[in-house]
Amino acid sequence: MTKRRLEPLLWLLFSGGGVVSAVFLPVLVVLFGLAIPLGWVRPDYDHLHAVFSFWLTRLVALGLLVLMLFHWAHRFRYTLHDGLRLKRLEAPLALVCYGGAVVGSIAALLIVAML
Amino acid sequence: MSAPTTYRQPVSRLWFTKKRSYFIFLLRELSCVFVGWFAVFLMVMLFAIGRGAAAYQNFLNWASSPVVVVVNLVALAFLVLHTVTWFALTPQAMEVRLGGRQVARVKMVNVAGRTVPAATVVRVGGRRIPPGMVIASQYAGLLVVSAFIVWLVLR
Repeated sequence: MTKRRLEPLLWLLFSGGGVVSAVFLPVLVVLFGLAIPLGWVRPDYDHLHAVFSFWLTRLVALGLLVLMLFHWAHRFRYTLHDGLRLKRLEAPLALVCYGGAVVGSIAALLIVAML
Repeated sequence: MSAPTTYRQPVSRLWFTKKRSYFIFLLRELSCVFVGWFAVFLMVMLFAIGRGAAAYQNFLNWASSPVVVVVNLVALAFLVLHTVTWFALTPQAMEVRLGGRQVARVKMVNVAGRTVPAATVVRVGGRRIPPGMVIASQYAGLLVVSAFIVWLVLR
């Protein structure tokens, strides 16, 4: 019964995570994963700190991270469960995936709070 | 409900190597690994920014190491695949309507004896927006969001 009630919620988190990942991640990977580390653009630390410590940026960052983590958890669970046909491992898979997303979300909350 | 008792041919664990479309489906599903990776990457970055300029410089040194750059290049390819496939699927998974009564509910369907969520209905009644327009408006949203983020970070 709990499973039936949880499933739509988990699917909504997956779905919301899919939307924000599709819209936000291409530019974020190009910017923070490639352009800045490789020195194509060099925003200075004080500016970045100012941008990310603004309350609205923190809120958006937290929401984005939580949805991304639950998107990963749900899709990864079903990729292993159905894709690799690991049906016997259903319970431990769910625990590792959603548990990982919960732990990651708590870490995200702490990190965003310390900005 | 009892499980179906009809014979089902066993499926190979390597089913996704049998057809090109199966393989692309698997790649699409595996894009979630890079969503997870980049969540961790962003958290490491935000943690460093919160700790100070020296920690941020350490983060930059780590993020510019060849291994991390290659992982982020692969991540970019998978995330573009995610964006393209997600935008293409949205009109099928979500009915967007103009007018009518506004409701939000998750449509459940029965797949192989299991009840799973399949779509979100945002409105009932009214005129359905053509799928092509839904897809185009998502790319417009992507462009606006991307331009805003680049402006915010680099101004």
